[in-house]
Amino acid sequence: MSSRLEELLKARGRLLADGATGTNLFEMGLLSGDAPELWNETQPEKIRALHQSFVDAGADIILTNTFGCNRRRLMLHKAEGRTRELNRLGAQIARSVADKAGRTVIVAGSVGPTGDLLIPLGPLSEEEAVDVFIEQIEGLKAGGADVVWIETMSAIEEMRAAAQAAIKVGMPYTVTATFDTAGRTMMGATPEAVATFLRGLEPKPIAIGANCGVGAPDLIYSVMQITEAAPDAVVIAKGNCGIPKFVGTQVEYTGTPAVMAEYARLALDTGARIVGGCCGTSPGHLAAMRQALDTHRPGERPDLAKVIQCIGPLTAPPADTAAEPVKRRAGRRRSG
Amino acid sequence: MADGDDIVLEELNDSELVKQMHDDLYDGLKDEIEEAVHILLRRKWEPYRILTEALVEGMRIVGIDFRDGILFVPEVLMSANAMKAGMAILKPLLAETGAPRVGKMVIGTVKGDIHDIGKNLVTMMMEGAGFEVIDLGINNAVEKYLDAIAEHQPDILGMSALLTTTMPYMKVVIDALKEKGIRDDIVVLVGGAPLNEDFAKAIGADSYCRDAAVAVETAKQYMMRKHNQRAAG
Repeated sequence: MSSRLEELLKARGRLLADGATGTNLFEMGLLSGDAPELWNETQPEKIRALHQSFVDAGADIILTNTFGCNRRRLMLHKAEGRTRELNRLGAQIARSVADKAGRTVIVAGSVGPTGDLLIPLGPLSEEEAVDVFIEQIEGLKAGGADVVWIETMSAIEEMRAAAQAAIKVGMPYTVTATFDTAGRTMMGATPEAVATFLRGLEPKPIAIGANCGVGAPDLIYSVMQITEAAPDAVVIAKGNCGIPKFVGTQVEYTGTPAVMAEYARLALDTGARIVGGCCGTSPGHLAAMRQALDTHRPGERPDLAKVIQCIGPLTAPPADTAAEPVKRRAGRRRSG
Repeated sequence: MADGDDIVLEELNDSELVKQMHDDLYDGLKDEIEEAVHILLRRKWEPYRILTEALVEGMRIVGIDFRDGILFVPEVLMSANAMKAGMAILKPLLAETGAPRVGKMVIGTVKGDIHDIGKNLVTMMMEGAGFEVIDLGINNAVEKYLDAIAEHQPDILGMSALLTTTMPYMKVVIDALKEKGIRDDIVVLVGGAPLNEDFAKAIGADSYCRDAAVAVETAKQYMMRKHNQRAAG
């Protein structure tokens, strides 16, 4: 049986995912340092309003307000005991909006990183990480999420843990990583390595791709490499709306609706089938992207030069775009 | 990589050994670094000389390749752990010999943010460069920063945030420093994935540091300026 997301992909061809959660909740009065996930309980009407604004802008997929809703992160707000419940509520709120949309809207249960490094670099074992994610995903499932949306990942091991958790709970899933460090994830994984790894999982993720990061051009460049490494995969592009700037007391992003529309067209021509926005993407930006998706006539697959020409330079270019960078020093390993 | 003969550290002369330590730091080999530090101590090297010529210099090279996108967080963490192991041996000896300190830094991740990977790297690299670092950990409210500044009188305040939802809190802290009239007494460095130079300027920080290597370089420059000012004044 194929999932609702697969059905909708089949029916509509290309899908629009939603925009920013954090940025838009700030606009609604979230204070810096507070956990957005607590609003699933205390301010559900605001979360509902955010989802509704994206549905109104034309989103086919909305992400639940559960990005940091795992026990390792909720610990900070002394809310780790309510992990499952906050996830269930988050999914339920999105579900209620999706079901009233008058068209099919997918509820994607957002699963972000634990914030911890895995052994040997950090304190968390992969088994523990799987447990952490299972708890969250069970909550999302109970609240009616259609698919588990694993995002903003940088360590292969953590992607594996989250994917395994989704599989164990019996949920379809997607995975996107964040390539924000010289064209790779913070942990040094290239888009190609991530794509190859994710396509090797069984059962496979419904879609893979890139989200967040340092700007739309960088994200498109990552997606180019993913579609090249995994030409048969459904690929997600969910990039930031430019880069953050402080205006007065508010963080604002530099991307305009026109730039985001251009970004959406480039993403399609690069081979992405699910396009959305991440940090800074307002419903206004998303509406422009909806129009771009609906009116775009497929063009040639862009190269990096075209991307830069259309939406600007890379913020964090790879060490060497021509060749694999060479370590300066020849290392040694002692035998024994 | 694993080609050929084992290197016996004891058999290397001083200059070869120091070069080998740079390689071993690069490769994150903790045991080898500890062993080499002990060897140099037995050869009557001053602890401060071991720190600067072997450990700080080795981490400087790691820092360059990190900055240039050749090494990434996992490798640098291994290097920093190896450096820390060497430092642990030297620290008590350095205290005894009254070795000079480059400067003092208070650092912490801001309120609402639990991310400390980047911050820990900065801490380790700063220590590797000879700074004394007071690490406040994660989730720091403005009072925690102010208390630590009052207690430790640092030259530098470092703040880190990984989330777009927490980075505005840096401005809350800087505004509090201004209010207390101590903003100009301290250099404020900020870092974290969603930040950039413009953001740092807008909130009133002195500099944005893209990564731990840049943080060390920037901190050193500010300390140099401070010394020059003192010399001139």
